[in-house]
Amino acid sequence: MIKNVWHVMGKELKSYFYSPVAYVVLTLFILLVGWRYSVLLVNAALQTAAGTPYAPFDGPQYVILNHFAVISTVLLFLLPLITMGVYAEEKKKGTMELLFTLPLSNGQIILGKFLANFLFCLLLFCGSAVPLITLFRFAAAPPAIIPILVGYLGIVLLTAAVLSLGHFLSTLTENQIVAAALTFVLVIVLYFFNEFGQAGNEGLAAVLRYLSPLSHLESFLVGTLDVSHLIYFISVWVFGIFLTYRTLESLRWR
Amino acid sequence: MIEVSHLSKLYGNFPAVRDLSFRVRPGEILGFLGPNGAGKTTTMRILAGYMPPSGGTCRIGGKDVMDHPLTVKRRIGYLPEQVPLYPELTVEEYLGFIARVRAIPAGERGGALDRIAVRCGLKDVRKKLIGRLSKGYRQRVGIAQALIHSPDVIILDEPTIGLDPAQIREVRELIRSLGEDHTIILSTHILPEVSQICQRVLIINHGRIIAEDTPENLTGRITKRLVCDSLVQGDRDRLAEVLAAAENLPEWEITAAEEPGMWHCTLVLSDGEQRPRLLAALQNGGLAVYEFHRRRVSLEDVFLQLIMEENDGLAAGASGAEMYAADAPDLVADHGDGP
Repeated sequence: MIKNVWHVMGKELKSYFYSPVAYVVLTLFILLVGWRYSVLLVNAALQTAAGTPYAPFDGPQYVILNHFAVISTVLLFLLPLITMGVYAEEKKKGTMELLFTLPLSNGQIILGKFLANFLFCLLLFCGSAVPLITLFRFAAAPPAIIPILVGYLGIVLLTAAVLSLGHFLSTLTENQIVAAALTFVLVIVLYFFNEFGQAGNEGLAAVLRYLSPLSHLESFLVGTLDVSHLIYFISVWVFGIFLTYRTLESLRWR
Repeated sequence: MIEVSHLSKLYGNFPAVRDLSFRVRPGEILGFLGPNGAGKTTTMRILAGYMPPSGGTCRIGGKDVMDHPLTVKRRIGYLPEQVPLYPELTVEEYLGFIARVRAIPAGERGGALDRIAVRCGLKDVRKKLIGRLSKGYRQRVGIAQALIHSPDVIILDEPTIGLDPAQIREVRELIRSLGEDHTIILSTHILPEVSQICQRVLIINHGRIIAEDTPENLTGRITKRLVCDSLVQGDRDRLAEVLAAAENLPEWEITAAEEPGMWHCTLVLSDGEQRPRLLAALQNGGLAVYEFHRRRVSLEDVFLQLIMEENDGLAAGASGAEMYAADAPDLVADHGDGP
């Protein structure tokens, strides 16, 4: 019954757009990303004018790379806001009991809720892609489109992975703020792992670095599609969904 | 339609439901009665497929709730104790979501919504946000949610809680009308409600069934004992003397009435024939009897007595019933203004 996934997703999306969180997140995201983008453009223009002593300065490339870096940083703060209420609110309002007693399977509930969050994030990314038009319109040499798409694929995969972890953490509590804080801490720690092993890629440092989504995001951002990094993101997503599934199962046993 | 056998549920080490067995026939309205913490909500949650039992089985329409959860859930409408609503949605959107998940075909959804809105008195608030509705309306939205797909089995956990008297009456009427072609289990601790709507009553305490019968038969049980209320004028000590001397009067109590020199007496007679003699004794003792009437036995009396007996039994067995025994109301002392 794939239809039920859609029904759950539809209900979730309606709930977002009737509550302020969606608008706060959308506005913050567009504002932050747009503002940083304009700063990047100015920097690129100045540097292009000044020229670099070493190699010819690639303005569009500089803007795109940093644009993605900005997005991945902003997501660190915004994704916890998106996932915090997904299960915590249902538990608090007692509507989990409704979902569990409707003819819905746990899988349908989980996928429906995930897709709703995911679609919302795609909307954010569409918004963040709009300023890139300037590069195609005004840059002396317009950038290649494929690497940009690959970069966005990386961002989308990162988002899917973080969302699924956030959903899991949201099932653990009835308090949205706690869920948001847990997700934020987990993601910032994972981001931070990327700083390890910069010096020497050995042992624990290498493992920690492997765990960090940023280390896998890098290759996407420069426009190379590497299957091993794709597998990392898909594994994290599956892991988060699996944990969510298990906690939903266990909720019924309490 | 509903078969529950040897159902039990443990929360940690605490047994919420112990070895519960009962059946509900198609088209029957069963009232589930018990003090708070007796296991009503737990039993209903298990029936609705919200949580699995620790032991025993539940079958609805011949299918086991645990083995065929989705099939069974399609045939059930369930109103939980905490009404599950999305305050950010409008009534129509909320019921629309339920209708979709309940697999009501798109073409019939509008009609189903119209019907349920009329039936539950929601016509005027269809476009309103649930969060803006009063408690009474929210309760009705909850009930509408449980009925929209016209299920074979309806499970209502305290459907009239939080409603005003007029609304309570409407909901009772609604439930009674549903009983014609649905099987209904409802829990409540409002006793008159049960005698008005239910064909059969199940009284549970400490997770066990302590009585199961029609409301009439249950009230018939304790009518052998006769409880009378009387208003007497005179000296209190004299009154106590006369009552102490009377035969077949195992329990009595005197409380002061509003007017000075007047006393309320609650008299429990083991023999109805005693009444004329008791009246004569009072008059001979120089006491003026202003009122003397037999108290109608209500389901409440039966309920309290059964619960009390059960608790006494447990206390005698040195079991952990102090919690309830401590505040178990005394039949004679406490509910003088029963219906």
